[in-house]
Amino acid sequence: MSIEYTSSEMMTVTAARALENGMTCFVGIGLPSEAANLARLTHAPDVVLIYESGTLQTKPEVLPLSIGDGELCESALTTVAVPEMFRYWLQGGKISVGFLGTAQIDRYANLNTTLIGDYHDPKVRLPGGGGAPEIATNAGEVFITLKHSKRALVKDVDFVTTLGFGRDGKGRDGVPNIGKGPTRVITDLCVMKPDPETKELTVVSLHPGVSREDVVEATGWEIRFAGELESTPEPSERELEVLRELKARTERQHAGD
Amino acid sequence: MAEFLSLHDAVARYVEDGATVAMEGFTHLIPFAAGHEVIRQKKRDLTLVRMTPDLIYDQLIGAGCARKVIFSWGGNPGVGSLHRLRDAVEKGWPRKIEILEHSHAAMACAFEAGAAGLPLAVLRGYVGSELPNVNDQIKFIECPFTGERLAAVPAVRPDVSIVHAQKADRAGNVLVEGIVGVQKEAVLAARQSIVTVEEIVEDLTVESDYHPNTCIIPGWAIDAIAVAEKGALPSYAHGYYPRDNRFYKEWDAIARDRDAFTRWLDENVYKAGGEA
Repeated sequence: MSIEYTSSEMMTVTAARALENGMTCFVGIGLPSEAANLARLTHAPDVVLIYESGTLQTKPEVLPLSIGDGELCESALTTVAVPEMFRYWLQGGKISVGFLGTAQIDRYANLNTTLIGDYHDPKVRLPGGGGAPEIATNAGEVFITLKHSKRALVKDVDFVTTLGFGRDGKGRDGVPNIGKGPTRVITDLCVMKPDPETKELTVVSLHPGVSREDVVEATGWEIRFAGELESTPEPSERELEVLRELKARTERQHAGD
Repeated sequence: MAEFLSLHDAVARYVEDGATVAMEGFTHLIPFAAGHEVIRQKKRDLTLVRMTPDLIYDQLIGAGCARKVIFSWGGNPGVGSLHRLRDAVEKGWPRKIEILEHSHAAMACAFEAGAAGLPLAVLRGYVGSELPNVNDQIKFIECPFTGERLAAVPAVRPDVSIVHAQKADRAGNVLVEGIVGVQKEAVLAARQSIVTVEEIVEDLTVESDYHPNTCIIPGWAIDAIAVAEKGALPSYAHGYYPRDNRFYKEWDAIARDRDAFTRWLDENVYKAGGEA
């Protein structure tokens, strides 16, 4: 099969495939939300999606513009207060996967959504941590998806808003009662996983048509590649169709706004 | 016991210069009408507490009402940055503001602790995050039973909390449904509280849409109730009107530019509304 698709679609489909039926997923807005809903509408109809606004087991028809859209609440099994969401459901250990996006990520998968530059004299002030710091430690594992660029994938983040494996890769060692942390990072070029020993992000799969040089060129550190480098399977016709319909529905809905 | 006041009188009576004020509503039911009344009454030096500052705090900050902002996610949801917040933090316009930055989990717990009358909230939080390096209100304590290192933050105890809700009845009981955020906690944590509502009905418990488990805040736990129709716009009120996503997108351009913002404020806040 060979149908045309964009690198963004490749990324979303690959991210969606990381989710399985039976997982309970705490979903971040934007790319993670797109991937999580694609998973629900294709191979994982019973994946449980949870958003920090308090919506449990939600099945939105269109992608939410914000984390607390009415659509999320109307299509949810139930909606709980935000303190309950974080205390019982996330901290209580009921979430298997946290699915996050980010502005910056470093080689140890630490995330920065706080600022660029110095904290007290920022060049760019970003929105901040929101739910991510605790999603990343209280969920069983973490998937991260973002567009691949040198500005976003940096050797050391300006600020660790959200723990990957710490500035030395040992940030989770010996810390009790927290999750495994980032187990995969999906970009529009490749899939990366932490090295089992050093925790440094390593490319394990290249998307079709992407070369090692493309990834090296777009990464802010000397990126390593796994010995047995895989090629990410292409999106299927059905995945593309469902994704495009979802995005078109979403656009139609928000165009009226 | 809740007293029925006009929005003007409720804000005039309960929001003092220098006060710590929480206006809550997690994307849903954000008390915009009340925020605009605070701007019109030119309240100053406020410490503004809110998990997601949203456009309402962008407007209050740009209008010069805030001295300090305590928050956990300061963006325009689904759109991008809060440019008035950024301008104040990055360039000190219209004044330099202090920020105290938390995570959502910590703030949610801090509101809950405030409602529970406790001095602090304990959570398994901030593990490996650098936020504790820049916020001296995040400490770590050892669990006396297991020895686990846990984060502690002070309870949020606002001087006044302001929330918006669907309706109140004649006894002052308030119905909140849909995404309930931390509104109940904010009201119960505060020294005084104002609830604005879309409408007032005779008796909530005999309304056709009454469900025994919807979030009701009893009138005796509230100080003032004021009617503010469409009081959550451009956010939304479940069952009444949808979110004005178009305005959230338009806000990006308005807020980017100081002059455009000032004009918007003049036309839409200072010259609008504000019945006594």
